[in-house]
Amino acid sequence: MPMTDLVQLALFVVLIAALAPPLGRYMARVYQGERTLLSPLFAPVETAVCRLTGTRPDADQHWTAYAFAVLAFNLTGFLVLFAILRLQHLLPFNPQGLAPMNADLAFNTAVSFMTNTNWQAYSGEAALSYFSQMAGLTTQNFVSAGTGMAVAVAVIRGFVRRSGRGVGNFTVDLTRSVLYVLLPLAIVVTLILIWQGVPQNLMAYVPATTLEGGQQLIAQGPAASQIAIKQLGTNGGGFFGVNSAYPYENPTPLSNLVQVVSILIIPAAFCFLYGRMAKDNRQGRAIFAAMGVMFLVALGVTYGAERAGNDLIAALPVDQSAGNMEGKEVRFGVVNSALWAVTTTAASNGSVNAMHDSFTPVGGMVPMFLMQLGEIVFGGVGAGFYGMLLYVVLAVFLAGLMVGRTPEYLGKKIEAKEVKLGVLALLSIPLGVLVLGALSAVLPAGVASVQDAGPHGLSEILYAYSSATGNNGSAFAGFGAGTLYQNTMLGIAMLLGRFAIIVPMLAVAGSLVGKKVHAETAGTFPTHGPLFVGLLIGVIVIVGGLTFFPALALGPLAEHFAMTGGLAY
Amino acid sequence: MSKHRPKDTRLLDPALVGPALRQSVVKLDPRALVRNPVICVTAVVAVVATGLAVAAPFTGAAYGDPATVAQIAAWLWFTVLFANFAEALAEGRGKARADSLRATRTDTPAKKLATLAAEGWDEVSGASLKPGDIVLCETGDVIPADGEVVAGIASVDESAITGESAPVIRESGGDRSAVTGGTRVVSDVIKVKVTQKPGESFLDRMIGLVEGAQRQKTPNEVALTILLVGMSLIFVMVVATLEPFAQYAGATIPVAFLLALLVTLIPTTIGGLLSAIGIAGMDRLVKSNVIAKSGRAVEAAGDVDVLLLDKTGTITYGNRMADELIPLAGVGERELAAAAMLASLADETPEGKSIVDLAKRKYHMSPERARVATFVPFTAQTRMSGCDLTDGTVIRKGAVDAILQHVVAQPEPVAAALPGHAVIVSDGTRQSRLAEQCRREVERVAKAGGTPLVVAENGRLLGVVYLKDIVKPGIRERFAQLRAMGIRTVMVTGDNPLTAAAIAAEAGVDDFLAEATPEKKLELIRKEQQDGRLVAMCGDGSNDAPALAQADIGIAMNDGTPAAREAGNLVDLDSDPAKLIEVVMVGKQLLISRGALTTFSIANDVAKYFAIIPALFVAAYPQLQALNVMGLASPESAILSAVIFNALIIVALIPLALKGVAYRPASAASLLRRNLLVYGLGGLIVPFVGIKAIDLALSGLGLV
Repeated sequence: MPMTDLVQLALFVVLIAALAPPLGRYMARVYQGERTLLSPLFAPVETAVCRLTGTRPDADQHWTAYAFAVLAFNLTGFLVLFAILRLQHLLPFNPQGLAPMNADLAFNTAVSFMTNTNWQAYSGEAALSYFSQMAGLTTQNFVSAGTGMAVAVAVIRGFVRRSGRGVGNFTVDLTRSVLYVLLPLAIVVTLILIWQGVPQNLMAYVPATTLEGGQQLIAQGPAASQIAIKQLGTNGGGFFGVNSAYPYENPTPLSNLVQVVSILIIPAAFCFLYGRMAKDNRQGRAIFAAMGVMFLVALGVTYGAERAGNDLIAALPVDQSAGNMEGKEVRFGVVNSALWAVTTTAASNGSVNAMHDSFTPVGGMVPMFLMQLGEIVFGGVGAGFYGMLLYVVLAVFLAGLMVGRTPEYLGKKIEAKEVKLGVLALLSIPLGVLVLGALSAVLPAGVASVQDAGPHGLSEILYAYSSATGNNGSAFAGFGAGTLYQNTMLGIAMLLGRFAIIVPMLAVAGSLVGKKVHAETAGTFPTHGPLFVGLLIGVIVIVGGLTFFPALALGPLAEHFAMTGGLAY
Repeated sequence: MSKHRPKDTRLLDPALVGPALRQSVVKLDPRALVRNPVICVTAVVAVVATGLAVAAPFTGAAYGDPATVAQIAAWLWFTVLFANFAEALAEGRGKARADSLRATRTDTPAKKLATLAAEGWDEVSGASLKPGDIVLCETGDVIPADGEVVAGIASVDESAITGESAPVIRESGGDRSAVTGGTRVVSDVIKVKVTQKPGESFLDRMIGLVEGAQRQKTPNEVALTILLVGMSLIFVMVVATLEPFAQYAGATIPVAFLLALLVTLIPTTIGGLLSAIGIAGMDRLVKSNVIAKSGRAVEAAGDVDVLLLDKTGTITYGNRMADELIPLAGVGERELAAAAMLASLADETPEGKSIVDLAKRKYHMSPERARVATFVPFTAQTRMSGCDLTDGTVIRKGAVDAILQHVVAQPEPVAAALPGHAVIVSDGTRQSRLAEQCRREVERVAKAGGTPLVVAENGRLLGVVYLKDIVKPGIRERFAQLRAMGIRTVMVTGDNPLTAAAIAAEAGVDDFLAEATPEKKLELIRKEQQDGRLVAMCGDGSNDAPALAQADIGIAMNDGTPAAREAGNLVDLDSDPAKLIEVVMVGKQLLISRGALTTFSIANDVAKYFAIIPALFVAAYPQLQALNVMGLASPESAILSAVIFNALIIVALIPLALKGVAYRPASAASLLRRNLLVYGLGGLIVPFVGIKAIDLALSGLGLV
């Protein structure tokens, strides 16, 4: 590994490790209603929101009420966004006079942004007015992220609370997520991006004459602010079609570093928030360690695969000394492309700075597998953490019996009800990826979207459904997503991956919150320390591996062994 | 006193294997299979595979080589049969034990009284008795049902239930009023009020726990079953979607191969052994003569954090024993020993015997009975014993105040005849320098938790006998183990705090409750539970009933009152309070066995993938041969090997399921480390070796 690569990766790791703990502690204070530095600024706003919605800030909701509030709020958000997209030609800030979106694409896009997926079956500069971008998408970028964070906090309360029946108040949690966490961070990142040259204006597109004398229309718009929140909220939906590979979205090495750190910072901070709320920092650190180890391994494999390049090209007169450079920005090279690919799929972000479709088979399989695990290696803001808690419940139950006691976590017994709900949530992932993916592989309407033949075509389908179910939003470029069939089915996959996990996990929290807390003794199953970290990783990899190995064998693995065997499709 | 516990049957007793084999076929009944979802899925798949095998000769190569398909179908059936066999065998062992107990109670005739005072009785069948009926039991009668003695006193032979050959006394009122159906009155007459409903005696309940068909699943078993069903559902999705993916890739996969893949992936190993593990756990409990009223109680025993243990009988031997002789100034140790021995010859209490023993053991003396003119036996009134020797010497030993009184009452001349021991008379009592030393020694002994006795010869104090509560050997280590497991032990005793503290320190318990009353016990349990701990205790008296009911695990002694037996969730037939520890171990072992085999079962799947996946797809993508890391001979052989391994591993693990995995008390962290290594890592590696071996055998035999 070249020294420069190592330094860049190390810088990233150090930044996350240094920034996540204080942010997590700050967030814990925010959600527990304690005073923070920003309280003087936002407390009046919070009070106003509560008065406006008729919420008492201390009114704890039962998990069912919480879940109902989440669903109702998201449904409203979906309907509003759908209306904006369909009516953008009648709405202001449309200097290019862009036409309304057709119904299935608007459905897909509205679901996509509501579920924090930001799967984009369109190109932003060609399909969306500034109003749609700002009032529609940016709003959802904030509140879908806020929803995930609120749900995570509610689920955490279920695990850590020692008394009471409620899991918190959705309106309050959502307001606090947006006001105290997302907004201030977004402002900081926006300013850095504007400084680095990302546009932030409402101008019409600028026509330019290129050196060859051709005409080019250079897109403009309020990009910096949307990019900041797309990264921080693990949304990933680019302002421009090619996302963060586009110089206006990601102009410099510094902007690249700031964005990639922004993707992971809040999900990582959740681990420390958790330790704080559980009043046992070791619990949070254990989960951070499990996520961190998986992340680093994934990064190592992808970087290695991309660095090694493509065996088939090696025979051609092409210089591969920089690794596999197909589909990569020369500005970023292998190291930053691999780092971004792993980060964006580990967190359910989905923004890209390189074309994952052009990665080597193994290099592309890692991001896909990260999504198939359910986006829990840091994962989406909030979503990653409650998804991880699902695996924690399963790991504790599986191995907990082996110490000769009814499995318990944080002193609360994991019993039939929690296992049932956990399994229910777990089933949504293979349902979305495998079952919907298989339909797309056999139905003519589905197959029509696939660009490549053979295993790579299957990889494209798998990647699309993994991305939708994992609420990631990135895509293998060869996949033609904008069809009626794919818009609908991917929309369903996104809904499954979001709400079929949120509702059972809130139910788990509701079931756990009222449980008696068992005193910790030497006979208690230890849920901190390396043994548990290893166990958790083992359960995640084995459960995920067992579920997706056959499909991966037919897709990327077949491709990989073909490549090493000198075979192309 | 000889104890015969129910004989431990050999693991594969031919008398049990035969019926179990039959039962494994009987259990193919769909109604029975439905109780076990994983095995039920396997059976359905086996039916489909059989259909394919029958049709194979007509359907062509796309459906797989007919010989291979037939073999797959056969092995799928074996998988189901092996799982049934495991359950049947466990059931058989449990039933054999239960039957030997039940044999005692088939149709006992009962002498039913119309009222308690009625003179005449009607002979009715024991099975027809209802709660509240009064029956007369005379010498030689078998008591027809569980009940409470309401009149009379009798000695009862309970050996049929407990294996204890010495008869026990049962009388109305007090804590010894419960009688168990199937036991025999040896002497006297009692009237018994029936407390059990027909078919609900402890024995009936116990038999219910070891019969698979009626057995209620325990809470953790239910949770585990849900998890296994969930895993199975995931694998159904995996296998069902594999066909379309393969189609897209241009590969055709014979349906029989997909079925084989499904069965090898779903957790058949743990699914097949789960109920056997549960039954065997109950069976182990019965083996130690403890009857559980529900499976839930046994499971909860594994979760216990605090054990309340009665001091007497559990931590110490019931009786105090002489441990040391402390002579006063001017008295030789042997002189004291000789006097103490002579004085104790007429003391039939265990304490008295222990003094004689000590003299024999430590000073190698033998009792000189010839010197004794008259023996003064120990009585509860005088609280002393002794003897008058032929030479007129009066020797007494007994409780401190009793002996002091005795000394005071001695005629003056005797005391005066002993030079150097001036006796001062004041306020009608006599004291001496030695009496002062004696008092100091007595206090020292009491402070150390012992009971002091004093020996006097002719009104002269010779010394103090240190009677000690002897802590059972090995109990300290036992408590250390419990501590390592995270279980706190609390000693419960009626002793004063001083004595209790001394014994607690010696036995190594974590805490003690001195001057315990049932109310104090109840309060302690409530407090522990409020702090989030699970409490186990044992008790026998009626006044223990509230505490027994409050405790998460209450073990009632079989010789206790019916109230206590109703309140507890376990009944110990041996009435041995130390059994509590065994029960906890059984509960833990049950849970560990389940967890270990589940981990093993799931870890096995990794190797099965490496056997089957390349075999399925190698036709379409020859490069996937790279995944065939075991180098299996052919796709057919690979699939068949995996299926055969999957079936045989059930059989191989039956002994483990029935005996339970080895369990050494240790902290949760070290248990987890060890079990993860053995069953997790083992589960990853074993199938690679097993499948390869079967593949070599298959291709060697030319079966594929």
